[in-house]
Parts: sequence; structure tokens; C-alpha cells
Amino acid sequence: MSEKFTPLWEVFIRARNGLAHKHAGSIHAADAEMALQAARDVYTRRGEGQSLWVVRSDQIVASDPSDKDMMFEPTASKIYRHPTFYEIPEEVGNM
Amino acid sequence: MYSQGLIGADGSTVETEEFLEAFQKRVDAEQKIEPNDPMPEGYRRTLVRQISQHAHSEIVGMLPEGNWITRAPTLRRKAALLAKVQDEGGHGLYLYSAAETLGVSREELTDQLLTGAAKYSSIFNYPALTWADIGAIGWLVDGAAIMNQIALCRCSYGPYSRAMIRICKEESFHQRQGYEILLTLCRGTDAQKKMAQEAVNRIWWPALMMFGPHDSASTHSDQSMHWKIKRFSNDNLRDKFVNATVPQAEYLGLTVPDPNLKWNEEKQGYDYSDIDWDEFWRVVKGDGICNRDRIKARQKAHREGAWVREAALAFAEKRAGAADAARTAAE
Ligand SMILES: [Fe+2]
Ligand SMILES: [Fe+2]
Repeated sequence: MSEKFTPLWEVFIRARNGLAHKHAGSIHAADAEMALQAARDVYTRRGEGQSLWVVRSDQIVASDPSDKDMMFEPTASKIYRHPTFYEIPEEVGNM
Repeated sequence: MYSQGLIGADGSTVETEEFLEAFQKRVDAEQKIEPNDPMPEGYRRTLVRQISQHAHSEIVGMLPEGNWITRAPTLRRKAALLAKVQDEGGHGLYLYSAAETLGVSREELTDQLLTGAAKYSSIFNYPALTWADIGAIGWLVDGAAIMNQIALCRCSYGPYSRAMIRICKEESFHQRQGYEILLTLCRGTDAQKKMAQEAVNRIWWPALMMFGPHDSASTHSDQSMHWKIKRFSNDNLRDKFVNATVPQAEYLGLTVPDPNLKWNEEKQGYDYSDIDWDEFWRVVKGDGICNRDRIKARQKAHREGAWVREAALAFAEKRAGAADAARTAAE
């Protein structure tokens, strides 16, 4: 194809004040300004958001799914990181 | 529209038994498959084909209705139709993005549509002749699409399933606005009611065809069901649609154009005539009333937008260059 590729952007939306931005999808756009406009048109037609982020997809660094075990498995055995691991007598009350 | 997307999908695959078994186990455990997860080539290929055909259907689907925006009878109808057509454009974009997560580019997908290499739902190769067709399309075509898409919300591929959930939320107004158009016509003059009936006569059978070929003729269905790309058979969804829709037609006071339509007490569903499969295959293979016009319209839009895409990219490059230069100067 002779045509140049239009960059891909990931779209994040903050639904309400006080919430974090959440990934909503992606769009193609030549630059940041057009990416914001396209994201508004494509992902917020029904008041889905109060704030938008767009990030070039090629700027995102992701963990490799094949490293999943190495990355996340070790935490499974560390039950002492959770409050229920510790025994506190009932008389002490809520803690 | 959309199980039709499986026509021609080739699920054959080359991985080891071990790999396929491990994959199947994940699918059976209802674990979603995500873009970078290992997956059989056949799974990837089937999905690219189905999702892109689904996306093309949304995009081409804007044409028959878009044609009526300027002629909508009231401002209320015009605003609703405009919003609906805009939604369909959005649906196309969500779906292209989902297909792109499987390693195919937007440019390739667009190219496949414009060269006629890709298929889209046969329904959009029928014209929308009167305003009543806009009502019948919303009620029957979007109704059939919803039936299909709700079933796809639980698809094993994460990005497709998430796009479907979003789309289903937006679809229900499409069907309701269509039904409301017909309801208004049916409560109007005799001529208006006649117009509504004629629209239903035209669109009923093509809407039933949207569910794709008979289960016995749907060659790649088994593999897709096994991989949970597809969760219900074509005939199963078609029956559900007929059962849900006939009472709605009765409420309108309209008849469904099928002399053999009859309630079957035993199966708690309607019996209906066989579909004209010759017509179905003719339209799928490119010989419907509007196939050529639809592709021509898409090609024209693409051609006429080329300078905009070029200019936008050139402007972005120029600005990026200027920013780089400013940074270098500041250092
Ligand atoms: Fe749609
Ligand atoms: Fe729709």
C-alpha cells in the first residue's frame, strides 16, 4: 500500500470526578489534537466521561504474557501480606 | 449480521496436539483470550475474518440509512437517525480496533473492503426505498443484529467480547426508534399503514438471512463453537428472533410475509417457511441489488478523504519536526 499508516492511540476515560482514568479502546489519528477529538466522538457519545487521555500505543511498555508466572506468581504464596494472616483475640475489637 | 461473518472462514490450524489442548482448556474454563496470549493460527484467522466482516458491516450499514437523514419527516426523527448512523460508525471503529489487536492493520482492512475482497452482511445490499424502510430496518435489522451480538458478548476473545458489550448497550435505542417509526405509520392513514406493511414485506426475509446459512450448511461453525468464538448456532438464533418478533408485528397490526408461519405448541416456537437460499448466496457473492453501489460509495469516500489524511499527517510531521528543533536549540 502506498498510503502512510496513521498512528494508533489508546484512549482512557475518567467517568466521574474522583475515579481513575480507565482504558476504553483505541483510535487512529495523525496527531494528539485529532486523537482527542476522535476519542471524544468515538468513546463519549453518551456522557461516558469528564476527562480524556490519549497515549500513543507505541509508547506503552507492557509486560510479556509469557513472563506472567515469573512476574506475578511469587505473590500468591505471601499470605502474610494480608490482614487475615494475623490472629488477634476477639476482645481486642475491630482492627 | 454477523454470524454471516463466518462464511469462508478457515479454522484449519497447524499447532501440536499439546498446544491445542492447553488452549482448549483455557477456553473451556471460560478464561478470556487476550491479544498477546498464545493462540492457534486458525483461531486468529477466524477472528480476524469475523471481526473485520462485522466492522465492514457497520460501516457499509451506514449507507442505506444515511441516505434518509436529509429526508427524515421531522426534526426529532432526523436527530435520532443521525445519532443512530453515527453510532454505527462508532461500532465499526470499535470493531476495527479489536481486529487490529490480532496483528492486522487498519489500512489492510480498509483495503480489503474497497477492493471487494472482504465480505459484509448481505442485508446492506438491499435498498431503503421509503421512509417506512428506515422503521423496518431499525426494528428488524438492528433487532436481528442485537440477537446475534448479545450472543457474541461472551465470545472467548477478550477485545471482541468487550466491543460487543459496548455495542449492545448502544443498540437498543436503534431498535426502539425503528419500531416507533412503524408504530406511528401504523396509527396513521391507510396509505401510511400500507407503506409500513410493504417495508416489512421487503425486509423480513433479508433480515432472517442475517443469521447466516442453515446449520447443516454452515461449514466452519463447529470449530468456532468449540473455540467459543460463537456460542449459538445460526438456526438457534434465527428461531429466537422469529419468536421475539412475530408478537411485535401483531401489535403493529402488520403481517409477516410468510403464509406458513404458525405457532407450534409442542416446540413453543414458530414454524416458518424455508429461506430462499439461492437469493442469499447470490447477494453474499456480490449480486444483490446494491452491492456495486455500496462499494463504489465507500471507494469514493476513501478517495475524497485522501487529501485530508495526507495533510493531517504532513502537518503532524512538520510540528513534530519543529518541536524537535526547539528542543535541540534549548539544550
Ligand atoms: Fe451497530
Ligand atoms: Fe444498530
